[in-house]
Amino acid sequence: MVDVSALSPNPNVKIWTKLEGRNPAGSVKDRVALSLVEQAEADGILVPGAPDQILIEPSSGNTGIALAMVCRMKGYHLKVVLPTNVSIERRQLLEVFGAEIIESPGSEGSNGAVRMARGLAAEHPEWVFLYQYANPANPKAHYEHTGPEIFADVPEITHFVAGLGTSGTLLGVGRYLKEQNPDIQVWAIEPPTGEMVDGLRNLDDGYIPPIFADLGGAEILDRKTVVRPRESIEWTRKMTELGLFVGISSGAIMAGAVRCASQIPEGQAATIVTIACDDGWKYLSTGAWTDDIDTVVDRASKVIYF
Amino acid sequence: MPVSIRLPTVLRPQVGGQATVQIEGSTIGEVLSTLVAEHPGLSGQVIAEDGALNKFVNIYVNDDDVRYLQQLDTPVADGDEVSILPAVAGGAN
Repeated sequence: MVDVSALSPNPNVKIWTKLEGRNPAGSVKDRVALSLVEQAEADGILVPGAPDQILIEPSSGNTGIALAMVCRMKGYHLKVVLPTNVSIERRQLLEVFGAEIIESPGSEGSNGAVRMARGLAAEHPEWVFLYQYANPANPKAHYEHTGPEIFADVPEITHFVAGLGTSGTLLGVGRYLKEQNPDIQVWAIEPPTGEMVDGLRNLDDGYIPPIFADLGGAEILDRKTVVRPRESIEWTRKMTELGLFVGISSGAIMAGAVRCASQIPEGQAATIVTIACDDGWKYLSTGAWTDDIDTVVDRASKVIYF
Repeated sequence: MPVSIRLPTVLRPQVGGQATVQIEGSTIGEVLSTLVAEHPGLSGQVIAEDGALNKFVNIYVNDDDVRYLQQLDTPVADGDEVSILPAVAGGAN
Protein backbone atom coordinates (compact mmCIF):
# COMPACT_ATOMS: atom_id res chain seq x y z
CA MET A 1 0.00 0.00 0.00
CA VAL A 2 1.57 3.24 -1.15
CA ASP A 3 0.51 6.79 -0.30
CA VAL A 4 -0.11 8.61 -3.58
CA SER A 5 -1.80 11.63 -1.98
CA ALA A 6 0.78 13.86 -3.65
CA LEU A 7 -1.34 13.38 -6.79
CA SER A 8 -4.63 14.20 -5.03
CA PRO A 9 -6.33 17.34 -6.36
CA ASN A 10 -8.04 17.84 -3.00
CA PRO A 11 -5.95 18.53 0.14
CA ASN A 12 -8.60 16.89 2.33
CA VAL A 13 -8.55 13.65 0.38
CA LYS A 14 -5.85 11.05 0.83
CA ILE A 15 -5.28 8.45 -1.87
CA TRP A 16 -3.58 5.09 -1.37
CA THR A 17 -2.82 2.50 -4.02
CA LYS A 18 -2.33 -1.20 -3.43
CA LEU A 19 0.48 -2.41 -5.65
CA GLU A 20 -0.37 -5.81 -7.11
CA GLY A 21 2.33 -5.95 -9.77
CA ARG A 22 4.82 -7.60 -7.40
CA ASN A 23 2.80 -10.81 -7.27
CA PRO A 24 4.67 -13.84 -8.66
CA ALA A 25 3.16 -13.71 -12.18
CA GLY A 26 2.98 -9.93 -12.07
CA SER A 27 -0.64 -8.94 -11.46
CA VAL A 28 -3.66 -8.93 -9.17
CA LYS A 29 -4.92 -11.88 -11.23
CA ASP A 30 -2.55 -14.28 -9.44
CA ARG A 31 -5.08 -14.27 -6.64
CA VAL A 32 -7.92 -15.13 -9.00
CA ALA A 33 -6.03 -17.83 -10.88
CA LEU A 34 -4.99 -19.65 -7.72
CA SER A 35 -8.51 -19.40 -6.30
CA LEU A 36 -10.10 -20.73 -9.54
CA VAL A 37 -7.74 -23.70 -9.75
CA GLU A 38 -7.82 -24.58 -6.04
CA GLN A 39 -11.63 -24.40 -5.98
CA ALA A 40 -11.76 -26.73 -9.00
CA GLU A 41 -9.41 -29.14 -7.21
CA ALA A 42 -11.54 -28.97 -4.06
CA ASP A 43 -14.62 -29.72 -6.18
CA GLY A 44 -12.86 -32.65 -7.89
CA ILE A 45 -13.05 -31.00 -11.34
CA LEU A 46 -9.25 -30.97 -11.51
CA VAL A 47 -7.19 -33.76 -10.02
CA PRO A 48 -3.60 -32.90 -9.06
CA GLY A 49 -1.15 -35.26 -10.71
CA ALA A 50 -3.64 -36.86 -13.13
CA PRO A 51 -2.42 -36.92 -16.76
CA ASP A 52 -3.79 -34.97 -19.74
CA GLN A 53 -5.87 -32.40 -17.94
CA ILE A 54 -6.67 -29.48 -20.23
CA LEU A 55 -8.04 -26.08 -19.23
CA ILE A 56 -9.42 -23.38 -21.52
CA GLU A 57 -9.91 -19.73 -20.55
CA PRO A 58 -10.58 -16.43 -22.35
CA SER A 59 -8.25 -13.66 -21.18
CA SER A 60 -6.91 -10.39 -22.48
CA GLY A 61 -3.73 -11.18 -20.60
CA ASN A 62 -3.30 -11.10 -16.85
CA THR A 63 -5.64 -13.93 -15.87
CA GLY A 64 -4.17 -16.02 -18.66
CA ILE A 65 -0.61 -15.33 -17.49
CA ALA A 66 -1.48 -16.08 -13.86
CA LEU A 67 -3.33 -19.27 -14.78
CA ALA A 68 -0.43 -20.29 -17.01
CA MET A 69 1.93 -20.00 -14.05
CA VAL A 70 -0.36 -21.95 -11.73
CA CYS A 71 -1.00 -24.63 -14.40
CA ARG A 72 2.72 -24.94 -15.16
CA MET A 73 3.44 -25.53 -11.47
CA LYS A 74 0.63 -28.04 -11.11
CA GLY A 75 1.13 -29.86 -14.42
CA TYR A 76 -2.09 -28.88 -16.20
CA HIS A 77 -2.22 -27.90 -19.89
CA LEU A 78 -3.73 -24.44 -20.45
CA LYS A 79 -5.26 -23.06 -23.65
CA VAL A 80 -5.82 -19.29 -23.54
CA VAL A 81 -8.20 -17.59 -25.96
CA LEU A 82 -6.47 -14.25 -26.51
CA PRO A 83 -7.60 -11.32 -28.69
CA THR A 84 -4.95 -10.53 -31.33
CA ASN A 85 -4.64 -6.90 -30.24
CA VAL A 86 -2.93 -7.31 -26.89
CA SER A 87 0.64 -6.20 -26.23
CA ILE A 88 3.37 -8.58 -27.42
CA GLU A 89 4.66 -9.00 -23.87
CA ARG A 90 1.40 -10.63 -22.82
CA ARG A 91 1.79 -13.25 -25.53
CA GLN A 92 5.42 -13.77 -24.59
CA LEU A 93 4.60 -14.31 -20.91
CA LEU A 94 1.94 -16.87 -21.78
CA GLU A 95 4.59 -18.67 -23.80
CA VAL A 96 7.10 -18.44 -20.93
CA PHE A 97 4.72 -20.45 -18.77
CA GLY A 98 3.94 -22.93 -21.54
CA ALA A 99 0.35 -21.92 -22.31
CA GLU A 100 -1.11 -22.61 -25.74
CA ILE A 101 -2.55 -19.48 -27.39
CA ILE A 102 -5.74 -19.58 -29.45
CA GLU A 103 -6.27 -16.26 -31.23
CA SER A 104 -9.63 -14.49 -31.30
CA PRO A 105 -10.36 -11.47 -33.53
CA GLY A 106 -8.97 -8.26 -32.04
CA SER A 107 -11.93 -6.31 -33.41
CA GLU A 108 -14.24 -8.27 -31.10
CA GLY A 109 -12.17 -7.53 -27.99
CA SER A 110 -12.75 -9.51 -24.82
CA ASN A 111 -16.35 -10.23 -25.83
CA GLY A 112 -15.05 -12.15 -28.83
CA ALA A 113 -12.57 -14.10 -26.70
CA VAL A 114 -15.31 -15.01 -24.23
CA ARG A 115 -17.62 -16.10 -27.04
CA MET A 116 -14.94 -18.25 -28.69
CA ALA A 117 -13.90 -19.88 -25.40
CA ARG A 118 -17.50 -20.72 -24.56
CA GLY A 119 -17.95 -22.27 -27.99
CA LEU A 120 -14.78 -24.35 -27.73
CA ALA A 121 -15.64 -25.44 -24.19
CA ALA A 122 -19.06 -26.59 -25.39
CA GLU A 123 -17.45 -28.58 -28.23
CA HIS A 124 -14.94 -30.14 -25.82
CA PRO A 125 -16.73 -31.14 -22.63
CA GLU A 126 -13.56 -32.98 -21.60
CA TRP A 127 -11.77 -29.63 -21.21
CA VAL A 128 -12.07 -27.77 -17.92
CA PHE A 129 -13.56 -24.31 -18.39
CA LEU A 130 -13.06 -22.30 -15.19
CA TYR A 131 -14.65 -19.21 -16.77
CA GLN A 132 -13.50 -16.33 -14.57
CA TYR A 133 -16.50 -14.18 -15.64
CA ALA A 134 -18.96 -16.65 -14.11
CA ASN A 135 -16.98 -18.35 -11.36
CA PRO A 136 -17.64 -17.24 -7.76
CA ALA A 137 -14.09 -18.34 -6.89
CA ASN A 138 -12.97 -15.14 -8.67
CA PRO A 139 -14.62 -12.60 -6.31
CA LYS A 140 -14.04 -15.03 -3.42
CA ALA A 141 -10.27 -14.50 -3.73
CA HIS A 142 -10.81 -10.77 -3.24
CA TYR A 143 -13.42 -11.20 -0.51
CA GLU A 144 -11.09 -13.45 1.49
CA HIS A 145 -7.77 -11.74 0.81
CA THR A 146 -7.64 -8.42 -1.09
CA GLY A 147 -10.52 -6.86 0.88
CA PRO A 148 -9.26 -7.81 4.36
CA GLU A 149 -5.72 -6.70 3.44
CA ILE A 150 -7.02 -3.28 2.37
CA PHE A 151 -9.14 -2.84 5.49
CA ALA A 152 -6.29 -3.91 7.76
CA ASP A 153 -3.90 -1.44 6.11
CA VAL A 154 -6.30 1.51 5.72
CA PRO A 155 -9.22 1.11 8.15
CA GLU A 156 -10.20 4.76 7.64
CA ILE A 157 -11.06 4.05 3.97
CA THR A 158 -14.13 5.94 2.69
CA HIS A 159 -13.95 5.11 -1.04
CA PHE A 160 -12.71 2.09 -2.98
CA VAL A 161 -11.95 2.71 -6.67
CA ALA A 162 -11.11 -0.19 -8.98
CA GLY A 163 -11.33 -1.30 -12.59
CA LEU A 164 -14.31 -3.14 -13.99
CA GLY A 165 -13.36 -6.17 -16.08
CA THR A 166 -14.78 -9.44 -14.86
CA SER A 167 -16.06 -7.42 -11.86
CA GLY A 168 -14.33 -9.87 -9.50
CA THR A 169 -12.24 -7.26 -7.63
CA LEU A 170 -15.15 -4.85 -7.19
CA LEU A 171 -17.56 -7.57 -6.06
CA GLY A 172 -15.20 -9.29 -3.64
CA VAL A 173 -13.47 -6.27 -2.13
CA GLY A 174 -16.64 -4.13 -2.32
CA ARG A 175 -18.75 -6.67 -0.48
CA TYR A 176 -16.12 -7.22 2.22
CA LEU A 177 -15.61 -3.48 2.79
CA LYS A 178 -19.34 -2.74 2.95
CA GLU A 179 -19.76 -5.47 5.55
CA GLN A 180 -17.14 -3.70 7.68
CA ASN A 181 -18.56 -0.23 7.04
CA PRO A 182 -21.68 0.23 4.92
CA ASP A 183 -20.78 3.87 4.29
CA ILE A 184 -17.78 2.94 2.13
CA GLN A 185 -18.43 3.99 -1.47
CA VAL A 186 -17.40 1.68 -4.32
CA TRP A 187 -16.50 3.20 -7.69
CA ALA A 188 -16.03 1.19 -10.88
CA ILE A 189 -13.74 2.52 -13.57
CA GLU A 190 -14.35 1.33 -17.13
CA PRO A 191 -12.26 1.71 -20.24
CA PRO A 192 -14.17 3.18 -23.17
CA THR A 193 -15.58 0.46 -25.38
CA GLY A 194 -14.39 2.26 -28.51
CA GLU A 195 -14.12 0.50 -31.78
CA MET A 196 -14.92 -3.00 -30.68
CA VAL A 197 -18.51 -2.06 -29.91
CA ASP A 198 -18.87 -1.34 -33.60
CA GLY A 199 -18.42 -5.06 -34.20
CA LEU A 200 -21.61 -5.90 -32.31
CA ARG A 201 -24.46 -6.93 -34.54
CA ASN A 202 -27.20 -6.17 -32.08
CA LEU A 203 -27.58 -5.00 -28.52
CA ASP A 204 -28.17 -8.48 -27.23
CA ASP A 205 -24.60 -9.31 -28.27
CA GLY A 206 -23.75 -7.21 -25.24
CA TYR A 207 -22.34 -9.02 -22.27
CA ILE A 208 -22.69 -8.70 -18.53
CA PRO A 209 -20.39 -10.98 -16.50
CA PRO A 210 -22.64 -13.62 -14.90
CA ILE A 211 -20.96 -13.10 -11.51
CA PHE A 212 -21.93 -9.41 -11.66
CA ALA A 213 -25.60 -10.25 -12.06
CA ASP A 214 -25.54 -13.28 -9.73
CA LEU A 215 -23.72 -11.60 -6.86
CA GLY A 216 -25.63 -8.33 -6.78
CA GLY A 217 -23.10 -6.13 -8.54
CA ALA A 218 -25.59 -3.34 -9.02
CA GLU A 219 -26.08 -3.12 -5.23
CA ILE A 220 -22.35 -3.10 -4.49
CA LEU A 221 -21.39 -0.35 -6.95
CA ASP A 222 -22.16 3.24 -6.08
CA ARG A 223 -20.75 4.77 -9.22
CA LYS A 224 -19.51 3.61 -12.62
CA THR A 225 -17.50 5.94 -14.78
CA VAL A 226 -15.51 5.76 -18.01
CA VAL A 227 -11.89 6.90 -18.17
CA ARG A 228 -10.51 7.57 -21.65
CA PRO A 229 -7.12 6.53 -23.08
CA ARG A 230 -5.58 10.03 -22.91
CA GLU A 231 -6.35 10.40 -19.19
CA SER A 232 -5.21 6.83 -18.57
CA ILE A 233 -1.84 7.44 -20.23
CA GLU A 234 -1.39 10.85 -18.55
CA TRP A 235 -1.95 9.40 -15.09
CA THR A 236 0.16 6.32 -15.85
CA ARG A 237 2.99 8.78 -16.62
CA LYS A 238 2.28 10.97 -13.58
CA MET A 239 2.62 7.97 -11.29
CA THR A 240 6.29 7.69 -12.26
CA GLU A 241 6.81 10.97 -10.37
CA LEU A 242 6.20 8.92 -7.23
CA GLY A 243 8.46 6.13 -8.40
CA LEU A 244 5.56 3.99 -9.53
CA PHE A 245 5.94 2.16 -12.83
CA VAL A 246 2.46 0.68 -13.24
CA GLY A 247 0.35 -0.64 -16.10
CA ILE A 248 -2.06 1.49 -18.10
CA SER A 249 -5.21 0.21 -16.39
CA SER A 250 -3.66 1.36 -13.09
CA GLY A 251 -3.28 4.82 -14.61
CA ALA A 252 -6.93 4.72 -15.65
CA ILE A 253 -7.95 3.75 -12.12
CA MET A 254 -5.76 6.53 -10.68
CA ALA A 255 -7.50 8.98 -13.03
CA GLY A 256 -10.81 7.71 -11.65
CA ALA A 257 -9.58 8.16 -8.08
CA VAL A 258 -8.57 11.73 -8.89
CA ARG A 259 -12.04 12.37 -10.34
CA CYS A 260 -13.54 10.89 -7.16
CA ALA A 261 -11.31 13.09 -4.96
CA SER A 262 -12.27 16.21 -6.87
CA GLN A 263 -15.96 15.49 -6.24
CA ILE A 264 -15.63 15.24 -2.45
CA PRO A 265 -17.39 18.35 -1.08
CA GLU A 266 -15.14 21.09 0.27
CA GLY A 267 -14.31 20.74 3.96
CA GLN A 268 -15.05 17.00 3.97
CA ALA A 269 -12.22 14.54 4.52
CA ALA A 270 -11.98 11.27 2.61
CA THR A 271 -9.57 8.38 2.09
CA ILE A 272 -9.58 6.64 -1.26
CA VAL A 273 -7.96 3.26 -1.86
CA THR A 274 -7.24 2.08 -5.41
CA ILE A 275 -5.64 -0.98 -6.95
CA ALA A 276 -2.59 -0.84 -9.20
CA CYS A 277 -3.33 -4.09 -11.05
CA ASP A 278 0.09 -4.67 -12.59
CA ASP A 279 3.44 -3.06 -13.34
CA GLY A 280 4.43 -1.37 -16.57
CA TRP A 281 6.75 -4.03 -17.99
CA LYS A 282 4.14 -5.68 -20.17
CA TYR A 283 3.32 -2.36 -21.85
CA LEU A 284 6.80 -1.09 -22.73
CA SER A 285 6.25 -2.03 -26.37
CA THR A 286 3.26 0.32 -26.53
CA GLY A 287 5.57 3.31 -25.98
CA ALA A 288 3.13 4.51 -23.31
CA TRP A 289 5.75 6.42 -21.32
CA THR A 290 8.08 7.63 -24.02
CA ASP A 291 6.30 8.22 -27.33
CA ASP A 292 4.36 11.34 -28.31
CA ILE A 293 1.10 11.27 -26.33
CA ASP A 294 -1.14 11.67 -29.38
CA THR A 295 0.51 8.68 -31.03
CA VAL A 296 0.19 6.61 -27.85
CA VAL A 297 -3.47 7.55 -27.37
CA ASP A 298 -4.22 6.66 -30.97
CA ARG A 299 -2.46 3.32 -30.49
CA ALA A 300 -4.16 2.73 -27.13
CA SER A 301 -7.57 3.00 -28.75
CA LYS A 302 -6.67 -0.08 -30.80
CA VAL A 303 -5.15 -2.30 -28.11
CA ILE A 304 -6.57 -3.86 -25.00
CA TYR A 305 -4.98 -2.65 -21.80
CA PHE A 306 -7.54 -3.51 -19.12
CA MET B 1 -29.64 24.18 -26.19
CA PRO B 2 -30.32 20.45 -26.42
CA VAL B 3 -28.16 17.57 -25.23
CA SER B 4 -26.27 15.53 -27.78
CA ILE B 5 -26.80 11.77 -27.83
CA ARG B 6 -24.15 9.51 -29.26
CA LEU B 7 -25.43 6.22 -30.64
CA PRO B 8 -23.55 2.96 -31.22
CA THR B 9 -23.14 1.72 -34.80
CA VAL B 10 -25.76 -0.94 -34.25
CA LEU B 11 -28.49 1.67 -33.62
CA ARG B 12 -27.51 4.21 -36.27
CA PRO B 13 -29.66 2.74 -39.08
CA GLN B 14 -32.71 3.56 -36.95
CA VAL B 15 -31.80 7.26 -36.90
CA GLY B 16 -30.96 7.64 -40.57
CA GLY B 17 -27.31 6.68 -40.18
CA GLN B 18 -26.37 9.54 -37.84
CA ALA B 19 -23.78 8.95 -35.10
CA THR B 20 -25.09 11.81 -32.95
CA VAL B 21 -28.54 13.35 -32.57
CA GLN B 22 -29.60 16.47 -30.67
CA ILE B 23 -32.58 16.08 -28.33
CA GLU B 24 -34.27 18.44 -25.83
CA GLY B 25 -35.09 17.26 -22.32
CA SER B 26 -34.26 17.75 -18.66
CA THR B 27 -33.85 14.13 -17.57
CA ILE B 28 -32.46 11.01 -19.24
CA GLY B 29 -35.97 9.53 -19.27
CA GLU B 30 -37.39 12.56 -21.09
CA VAL B 31 -34.56 12.64 -23.58
CA LEU B 32 -34.90 8.93 -24.37
CA SER B 33 -38.70 9.14 -24.74
CA THR B 34 -38.31 11.99 -27.20
CA LEU B 35 -35.56 10.12 -29.03
CA VAL B 36 -37.78 7.05 -29.46
CA ALA B 37 -40.78 9.20 -30.42
CA GLU B 38 -38.74 10.87 -33.16
CA HIS B 39 -37.14 7.60 -34.29
CA PRO B 40 -39.70 4.84 -33.73
CA GLY B 41 -37.25 2.24 -35.07
CA LEU B 42 -35.50 2.49 -31.68
CA SER B 43 -38.61 1.44 -29.81
CA GLY B 44 -37.99 -1.58 -27.58
CA GLN B 45 -34.21 -1.36 -28.09
CA VAL B 46 -33.05 1.11 -25.45
CA ILE B 47 -36.02 1.03 -23.11
CA ALA B 48 -37.51 -2.41 -22.49
CA GLU B 49 -41.25 -3.00 -22.64
CA ASP B 50 -41.58 -2.66 -18.88
CA GLY B 51 -40.25 0.90 -19.12
CA ALA B 52 -36.83 0.14 -17.60
CA LEU B 53 -33.48 0.41 -19.33
CA ASN B 54 -32.62 -2.59 -21.52
CA LYS B 55 -30.18 -4.57 -19.37
CA PHE B 56 -27.68 -4.88 -22.22
CA VAL B 57 -27.57 -1.10 -22.66
CA ASN B 58 -25.53 1.36 -20.64
CA ILE B 59 -26.36 5.06 -20.78
CA TYR B 60 -23.70 7.56 -19.80
CA VAL B 61 -23.98 11.26 -19.05
CA ASN B 62 -20.54 12.79 -19.49
CA ASP B 63 -18.93 9.36 -18.87
CA ASP B 64 -20.98 8.47 -15.78
CA ASP B 65 -23.29 5.43 -16.00
CA VAL B 66 -26.82 6.65 -15.15
CA ARG B 67 -27.68 3.34 -13.45
CA TYR B 68 -25.52 4.56 -10.55
CA LEU B 69 -26.80 8.13 -10.64
CA GLN B 70 -30.59 8.52 -10.67
CA GLN B 71 -31.32 6.09 -13.51
CA LEU B 72 -33.96 7.52 -15.87
CA ASP B 73 -34.46 10.47 -13.48
CA THR B 74 -30.82 11.55 -13.87
CA PRO B 75 -30.91 15.25 -14.78
CA VAL B 76 -29.25 16.48 -17.95
CA ALA B 77 -28.28 20.06 -18.71
CA ASP B 78 -27.63 21.96 -21.91
CA GLY B 79 -24.52 20.75 -23.62
CA ASP B 80 -24.29 17.45 -21.73
CA GLU B 81 -23.08 14.51 -23.75
CA VAL B 82 -25.16 11.37 -23.48
CA SER B 83 -23.81 8.09 -24.85
CA ILE B 84 -25.79 4.94 -25.45
CA LEU B 85 -23.55 1.88 -25.44
CA PRO B 86 -24.04 -1.87 -25.44
CA ALA B 87 -22.76 -3.57 -22.28
CA VAL B 88 -19.54 -5.41 -23.07
CA ALA B 89 -17.09 -7.54 -21.16
CA GLY B 90 -14.33 -5.60 -19.49
CA GLY B 91 -10.86 -5.83 -20.78
CA ALA B 92 -11.74 -4.15 -24.02
CA ASN B 93 -11.00 -0.72 -25.25
